[in-house]
Amino acid sequence: MTSPLRASWHVGRVARRRRETASAVRLELDVPTWPGNHAGSHLDVRLTASDGYQATRSYSVASSGETTRVILAVDELPTGEVSPYLVHQLAEGDELEVHGPLGRYFVWIPSESERSPVQLIAGGSGVVPLFAMAAAREHEADHAEFRLLYSVRTPQDVFFAKELSALSKTTVDIVYTRRSPPQSPRPPGRLTRESVAGFVFPSSVAPRIFVCGPTPFVETVAGWLVQLGHDPAQIRTERFGGSG
Amino acid sequence: MTHLDGNALAGLFADTLGIEITAAVGRCGSCHRNFELARAHAFVTAIGAVLRCAHCQDTLVVIVQKPHEVLVNLSGLAHLAMARP
Repeated sequence: MTSPLRASWHVGRVARRRRETASAVRLELDVPTWPGNHAGSHLDVRLTASDGYQATRSYSVASSGETTRVILAVDELPTGEVSPYLVHQLAEGDELEVHGPLGRYFVWIPSESERSPVQLIAGGSGVVPLFAMAAAREHEADHAEFRLLYSVRTPQDVFFAKELSALSKTTVDIVYTRRSPPQSPRPPGRLTRESVAGFVFPSSVAPRIFVCGPTPFVETVAGWLVQLGHDPAQIRTERFGGSG
Repeated sequence: MTHLDGNALAGLFADTLGIEITAAVGRCGSCHRNFELARAHAFVTAIGAVLRCAHCQDTLVVIVQKPHEVLVNLSGLAHLAMARP
């Protein structure tokens, strides 16, 4: 799947929905015309009110490959226009307009020539596209070494908790900022430049780095990575804002 | 107002221009640096979006969505280079 995948509008139907965390749902959409997507790409969801008013928001796709089952994990922003509807009202069987696959920049495409290690760094629900990359890595027999550093508030806020613990080809480090699990060796606390340096591949091995999270998280972490000697050209970021 | 990455405008570009150009390399018309548009700073509102150079903050692209037409201003870009389809 190396050819460009053309983005267009599709109608999907909610095949399955389940609670992901206290504030998020996982939506599995059946999109019969979906051309497949690279790991890390996103789509736009468009809602249309009865008076014709439309609201569009971007969500990362948690699934990848040539499949018409598209998986999203949507965190609710209580003041948002779109996410509260997706989290609380959208039911199995409902239809949804989606535009994608979008984004050819924040994606991981397995390639024979590019074998440098891959470092994934997530803040909160920013883990979704990075989970897609780690899950895609599972299907490659022999490829780049993967690490995921995931900053999250509490154990109850972890997206894809079961799937992350089952990853066999990605080293996963979860840092809890507010409350750690009972037996955790590390007290809760935010990442620091020094702790990031301890978790991520050193700049000497020139990892490709993907950082996704809220804008302040991404700004801070990307700044530290450059201070730690990583080449800015090797760092790709995806920020998300607060319009939900 | 905090910004997003140019990557976030992929859908808007595809809808308004018919092509998805976030992976295209643009040259800032002001500071003349080259970078993927996905690395520029995107400011998104209900009526459209502004893309600014991450280095000099000058405006690269403005897209305004009006009820029956879309205005696209690319005058801040010196040029764009993209893979052939």
